[in-house]
Amino acid sequence: MLITRKAEFSASHACRDPRLTPERNRKVYGKESRPHGHNWVVEVTLRGDVDPVHGMVLDLKALKEIIRRNVIEPYDHRFLNHEVPPFDRIVPTAEHLARDIWRRLAGPIASTGGTLHAVRLHETDEMYVDYSEQPAQ
Amino acid sequence: MTRLTKRYRFCASHRLASCQLDERRNREVFGKCANPHGHGHDYRLEVTVGCRRTPATGLVLSRAELDEWVRAAVLDKVGHTHLNSDVPEFKRLVPTAENILLVIEGWLRDGWSERHPGTAPPLFALRLEETPRNSVRVEFAGPPAPS
Repeated sequence: MLITRKAEFSASHACRDPRLTPERNRKVYGKESRPHGHNWVVEVTLRGDVDPVHGMVLDLKALKEIIRRNVIEPYDHRFLNHEVPPFDRIVPTAEHLARDIWRRLAGPIASTGGTLHAVRLHETDEMYVDYSEQPAQ
Repeated sequence: MTRLTKRYRFCASHRLASCQLDERRNREVFGKCANPHGHGHDYRLEVTVGCRRTPATGLVLSRAELDEWVRAAVLDKVGHTHLNSDVPEFKRLVPTAENILLVIEGWLRDGWSERHPGTAPPLFALRLEETPRNSVRVEFAGPPAPS
């Protein structure tokens, strides 16, 4: 069964690679190359069996706290490029944010016995990214 | 696996009636959707592109590239049209949401080939919402080619 918890954060970003010229950045990233912000919405989906006693895949209160501590606290009300590594080195596109969120969550979720299935990150109402990795062998 | 989904919208009218059925049978199958002068919807189209590894740019596909591909291949053909009479594909094909989505898939594949000869489009899924209550979705078999 899949179980999903949603959370929000507000953060600004500028999609530009410091190694590229401003013209090249504008060509690759368009308007996104200018500093601007979004109300980001992240959906974290876990996969697992329903515990026969508790009737839950994982306690959503625990998942809420893992998301808050590992994603919302570091991301919320920040300019990602300047304040949130690795985005001082990596262009903070929605794709890269979703991957970073996966990496921040996979370990803490695994240590509570859960299995991360997918991260969906909505940048606007019209655009979102899904990120997932194969389970480690 | 990284997948990017963008939503687009277009307004179009249609009439559901098969040229292979008579009026009485069309009325039975399609109900008020077969009313002779047609009716319209604000369609929402979701295009999902994907890749196994996110390229160094951090973009599955640049937003400008995706927007332009969808605009030229789809939106310009269907926006503010009466599908049955204005879009050649629906001269004989009933423009149900299912058929519209399949036609859109073909247009997107052709449009990609024109822009990027010899490469497969990074298309992962398409979803068409005819009304907030009715939608159809297709996913394409096999992972998209690594980029």
